[in-house]
Amino acid sequence: MADLSAGEAAPSGALARLLRRKMALFGLAIIALVVAGAVFAPWIAPFAPNDQMFDGLTLEGAPMPPGGKFLMGTDLLGRDLFSRLLYGAQTSLVIGVVANGLALVIGTLVGITAGFFRGWIGGILMRFTDLMMAFPALLLAICLAAIFQPSLWIVALVIALVNWVQTARVIYTETSSLATRDFIAAERTLGASTSRILFRHILPHLLPTIIVWGTLGISTTVLLEATLSFLGIGVQPPTASWGNIIFENQTYFQTAPWLVFIPGAAIILLALAFNLVGDALRDVLDPTQRGRD
Amino acid sequence: MAAYLIRRLVQAVLILLGVSFITFFLLYVLPADPVRQIAGRSATAQTVENIREQLGLDRPFVVQYARYLGALVQGDMGRSYLQKTEVAELILSRLPATLLLMVAAIFCELVLGLTMGIVAALWRGRAVDQTLMITSFVTVSAPQFVVSLLLLYVFAVKLGWFPIGGYGTFAHLVLPAVTLGILGSGWYSRMMRSSMIDVLRADYIRTARAKGLTRVRIVLRHALPNAILPIIAMIGIDIGVFMGGIVVVESVFGWPGIGQLAWQAIQRVDIPIIMGVTLVSACAIVLGNLLADLIAPFIDPRIRLR
Repeated sequence: MADLSAGEAAPSGALARLLRRKMALFGLAIIALVVAGAVFAPWIAPFAPNDQMFDGLTLEGAPMPPGGKFLMGTDLLGRDLFSRLLYGAQTSLVIGVVANGLALVIGTLVGITAGFFRGWIGGILMRFTDLMMAFPALLLAICLAAIFQPSLWIVALVIALVNWVQTARVIYTETSSLATRDFIAAERTLGASTSRILFRHILPHLLPTIIVWGTLGISTTVLLEATLSFLGIGVQPPTASWGNIIFENQTYFQTAPWLVFIPGAAIILLALAFNLVGDALRDVLDPTQRGRD
Repeated sequence: MAAYLIRRLVQAVLILLGVSFITFFLLYVLPADPVRQIAGRSATAQTVENIREQLGLDRPFVVQYARYLGALVQGDMGRSYLQKTEVAELILSRLPATLLLMVAAIFCELVLGLTMGIVAALWRGRAVDQTLMITSFVTVSAPQFVVSLLLLYVFAVKLGWFPIGGYGTFAHLVLPAVTLGILGSGWYSRMMRSSMIDVLRADYIRTARAKGLTRVRIVLRHALPNAILPIIAMIGIDIGVFMGGIVVVESVFGWPGIGQLAWQAIQRVDIPIIMGVTLVSACAIVLGNLLADLIAPFIDPRIRLR
């Protein structure tokens, strides 16, 4: 009985069904590419990311266009753009995983607690969530990031503090409907402890939702990090991030557009990849969504 | 209905109170010192202390917050630390620009999003549909600043059709509004597509078809008015999203709205302005959501306002 309820939540065929979707495959391929680029950056990158090269600028001191010795050209300081992009991928992924993981944990905890215990704890938590929903999120993130001395971890923390709210709402709704289902009542009658019900019965049912929101959330996180870095209050130079490469070079974007649009394309592709995979996961994991498209 | 409205308005006031408290608290505990910004680098310790006292920043948190609230209730949002102008006045002077951009942006979102959604629904499963849905994914995956810079590069720098930035004429409005329109269109097109598909399945559409009406007439007269209702509710939520996200687009295009005001204030730790803009944005979000909820029963009569 217990195994049945845990087993139906994550069918083993889900992965196979996911891999049958072209768009999901495309997304997974991009993610794999970016991860590989980030992990093997020290070996792939033709130059050190922060190396300001003497021959990295034209005689007039302008950045070099793509092609030739520098695959994607150089930036204002004569650094190799391709190498910086590879190292920037590390930043994006670390923040994507850390910030989003944190947001997911906070959101899930708040959602489960509020949904399962109801009463005054649930009331307070959900009112607080409503409050956070009314916050202009980007404004809040910008404000926090600008005031702290931004570092990779601060940026991740700020993003997590802003992004947990959606997850909390979704998990809350699901938990509160699960909590009224018969099999939970049956477990209670059998004398199962609260923690057993929560971890053995509620959590496995929430897993698909957590996986879907976790994947979609990485996309939001990547975009938010890029935006903060673009405003100059995200990850600080010389550490490369796709957003701060654009921030550092935007004044030159009329004459050296590749410095803005190559990292811009990288951001869009990575965010798109996580959105595609997340969306496909939702179709695959959520039986109520199946057959809608 | 009246009781519901009153309850929601009371809730709205409570939420705004909460937002004001959290923002005020964050600005109080965070390691940013507005006094240093005002006094400048060369100021003596005495000057710094004097300014701190003048602004009442030497008082305990509770006193400061109570004072702020007391003034706020009377419509006084305080004075900017650096510009010495009333915050309410600053915000009011910037609001028209932001509202203009908002209306234009929502117009673009709707034109793009609804067209894409309707076309995708009518040719469901075909290549057009798939292309449009991928496009909608791309638009929701693109950061505002990349799209802003891309449009600026193509249409202002290369083609010279529009000015690089600024405010004043219709030409200035086009690029920022289209940027926001493109970015928001993805959500609308997906929503419109699924709403339209639901409506097209309905019995009355089959009846209309059986009567021998033309396809165009069925879509425009019978399907569209019904399919569009969820979209109206979405606009309410969109207003909130818009208010939070306007900082980037306004600063890239040099659009003198409250987003830019907020961004400048944040960089200078001008707390009264930050508070003011946050509250105005939160107001917009709360009202937008209320609007969406009020429309909901008209979309689905099973929903009752409680």
